[in-house]
Amino acid sequence: MQIIFKTSYDQDINILSKRGEYIRVTLLIVSMLAAPLFLDVYYLSELGLLLVYAIAGIGLMISTGFTGQVSFGHAAFLGIGAYCHSILMTTGVPFSVSVVLTTLFCGFIGMLLGRSASRMHGFYLAVATLAFLIIVETVIGEWTSLTGGYAGFLVPELQIFGVYLPEIWQQYYVDLGLTLFVVWGTANLLRSPTGRAFLAVRDSELSARSLGINVEWVKIQSFGISAAITGIAGILLAHHLAYLSPETFGVLESLKLLLMIVVGGLGSITGAIFGAIFVSLLPVLLSLLRDVLPGAISQQAGLEPMLFGVIIVLFVVFEPDGINGRWKKLLHFFETFPYYRKASFVRQKRYLKTERMR
Amino acid sequence: MSSLVVENLSIEFGGVRAVDGVSFAVEPGETFAIIGPNGAGKSTIFNLISRIYEPSNGSIHYGERNLLDVPPHRVVNLGIARTFQNIDLFEQATVLQNLLVGRHSRMSRNLLRDFLFIAGARAREREHRRKVEDIIDLLQIAHYRDQKISDLSYGARKNVELARALCAEPTLLLLDEPASGLNQEETDDVSFWLDDVKHDLGVTIVMVEHDMGLVGRVADRVMAINDGKLLAIGTPDEVRNNPDVQQAYLGIPA
Amino acid sequence: MLPIEDVIRLGFIGISQGSAYALIALGFVLIYKATEVVNFAHGDFMMFGGFVVLTFSEGFGLGFWPGLVVACLAMGLAGFLVDSLIMRRIIGQSQASIFILTVAFGFILRSAAGMIWGWSPQSLDTPFDGETMVAGITLGNERIAIVGITIVLCIALYSFFARTRMGVAMQASSQNQLAAYYMGIPVRRLISLVWAIAAILATIAGAMMAPVTQLDTSIGFIGIKALAGAIVGGFGSIPGTILGCLLIGIIEPFSDYFFPAIKGVSAYIVLLVVLFVRPDGLIVQTYQKKA
Repeated sequence: MQIIFKTSYDQDINILSKRGEYIRVTLLIVSMLAAPLFLDVYYLSELGLLLVYAIAGIGLMISTGFTGQVSFGHAAFLGIGAYCHSILMTTGVPFSVSVVLTTLFCGFIGMLLGRSASRMHGFYLAVATLAFLIIVETVIGEWTSLTGGYAGFLVPELQIFGVYLPEIWQQYYVDLGLTLFVVWGTANLLRSPTGRAFLAVRDSELSARSLGINVEWVKIQSFGISAAITGIAGILLAHHLAYLSPETFGVLESLKLLLMIVVGGLGSITGAIFGAIFVSLLPVLLSLLRDVLPGAISQQAGLEPMLFGVIIVLFVVFEPDGINGRWKKLLHFFETFPYYRKASFVRQKRYLKTERMR
Repeated sequence: MSSLVVENLSIEFGGVRAVDGVSFAVEPGETFAIIGPNGAGKSTIFNLISRIYEPSNGSIHYGERNLLDVPPHRVVNLGIARTFQNIDLFEQATVLQNLLVGRHSRMSRNLLRDFLFIAGARAREREHRRKVEDIIDLLQIAHYRDQKISDLSYGARKNVELARALCAEPTLLLLDEPASGLNQEETDDVSFWLDDVKHDLGVTIVMVEHDMGLVGRVADRVMAINDGKLLAIGTPDEVRNNPDVQQAYLGIPA
Repeated sequence: MLPIEDVIRLGFIGISQGSAYALIALGFVLIYKATEVVNFAHGDFMMFGGFVVLTFSEGFGLGFWPGLVVACLAMGLAGFLVDSLIMRRIIGQSQASIFILTVAFGFILRSAAGMIWGWSPQSLDTPFDGETMVAGITLGNERIAIVGITIVLCIALYSFFARTRMGVAMQASSQNQLAAYYMGIPVRRLISLVWAIAAILATIAGAMMAPVTQLDTSIGFIGIKALAGAIVGGFGSIPGTILGCLLIGIIEPFSDYFFPAIKGVSAYIVLLVVLFVRPDGLIVQTYQKKA
């Protein structure tokens, strides 16, 4: 194992402590900043969309990966964010004000929803969020006067401080800026009492409570901030889609968000980003599959959800740590080469940990 | 310094009186052990003090405060910290993170400030980190500071759990079977640490323990219970020689 | 105001719908009690089971009842395999992963059903055609059958768990798996059997619902409504579950009648309102987490 000699507490407080990490992240940010120089419009727009999904994934990661509160309804916050922002901008509210209002609104709704499940088993929240998603989809579809219903809603052009930003690269920088902000803020949370309370509630509510954590309130907070961040992703998604319709924000979209965090690796920011990359590459995988599979299957409408489902099952069963877990193993392999031993990562046998009183 | 006063405490689970009219008082600075056969209601008393269960009768006071007015997550703010019988750590977090959560009741927190990491957030982290490091030194667990709990051995977990409770700077420590599952050598370590905790930190200790050797070495007073009822309170020797206690343990008629 | 006949008619539709939800919810509760897993794919098991009944009874020409029996056996086997091949491997993973896994099952079943039987609704011939006049009100036979079958199955399940050796063993292992294991109860096989029973219940529910809803890949969503009912009733207890499901079932036709704009989502609204006002459900269980 690589031993890092620590000489100050700050090394543990800083977000990036290893030199390798520092170099990797700097390189990544620099290349993201430079991307418009060497990518053409199509790929740049795809990269922007990837960032949007990374934000949404981090949003979901906060409630599901860090706090252990499963949500099947995060597509609804994506939808609420997108519609709320578009409607506000159509009525003439400036972009920056609209972003703040929309984020707060999503956070507020998230807290209300989190309350409904703050006291009982985790699956109550899971079902409540699913119900919420279906209700939101219906309301968006039926409230024609506000949302345009199933006919759709035209998203106003991106305009910040009165300046129109019609170019793809301009939109890309808005995506990148907000992504960096969200990643940085979430990393901050994790090195603060608030974030540690999230992890504590996920791993043991009993202990968390005995150490002074108000478990109910932490769940509500976590769900609120998770919804707010997903709302930000919704805002950006609206500008990517340019045209909103209720079906965009349905159960399949929620499943896609869950797939992202499971495949990426539950419980880490990096996992959410890996997940976003994976989801962005799915269409490529899908078209490859269509070429390989016999026509009877490949032309079927159900291929996409089927693929989502199969990928989730494979990851949960065979690689519960997701791509992030693989990545860590790979890094560990290089750091300790040639002393890598397979046993370093052998999982201990686990047993059913009960949640109820016997 | 406050004393823990429990009066006429009772709780029922579906008609079974798990704790039945138990009264005792723990003086400041004392090490107080609760013993009794399995199912006697020892852990239940702990769970009542830490407000996991609601008693059906009786009162619990710590100093001036009536514990029954305090919600479970506020108990630690009165200076009462605890460990659990079947170690209950945050499995997927590191030792350091666990200990920092132990500081939770002493830390100010604010969602926005934490998200932006401004307004003295770093200074706060440093200060609490220093406090945690003192506990790490005391219990000599520095070498697995950065490991995940799920990678630790059983004995190490026991230590970390004790450390986590100490991080809350308690004045009263509830230890639920601190030596269960430990070998003789580790049990000896526990008795030294309990001495340190008592003398260096001045913490009052209430513990549930089966190991009578350990109880005899560290406890000032012992309370024996059976079937939720109090059998005897006194010095370890007095309790050991009490005929009711012997009957409960060995089945010898008094 | 509604004429009284309509109230009774809607009320009866509600009761039969509620019975169907209860029938499905029983499967959720069984699996939950045995393993603490909420099988979100249960509604899709029902949908898939309905299609399997269709295949055996009409595709292979066995007729309804023999087809139903064969389909139940097949789906029971499938349920058994799902547990013994997949669910058993992931014991100890976070609840989040397990929920997501079962949701993924649901999507796989739905896509598979669409690929095998097509995406357009199909009808299943059952012996419950026609209508019956009761006190001057016409009621569909298929609806009466649902209520009857639910009652029969509840009694059957109750006597299975209370009277038979295997049922008692299952109860024991749901109370304390380790203790049951030490008593020589084959816990793992029993849990797989619970999955099998749940899958069989789902198949029966699918066949009973087919005349009402048509067989369609999307009817798995009924499972979510059943789950909503179970939660409204407080989950854990079987009587609570049945009451909650009946409540949801009865509210639905009336709200669809009075508020057509939110047709189909009233069950979810009831769920959210109940959870917001009483996070433990209407019938509070006196469970406490063990320290």
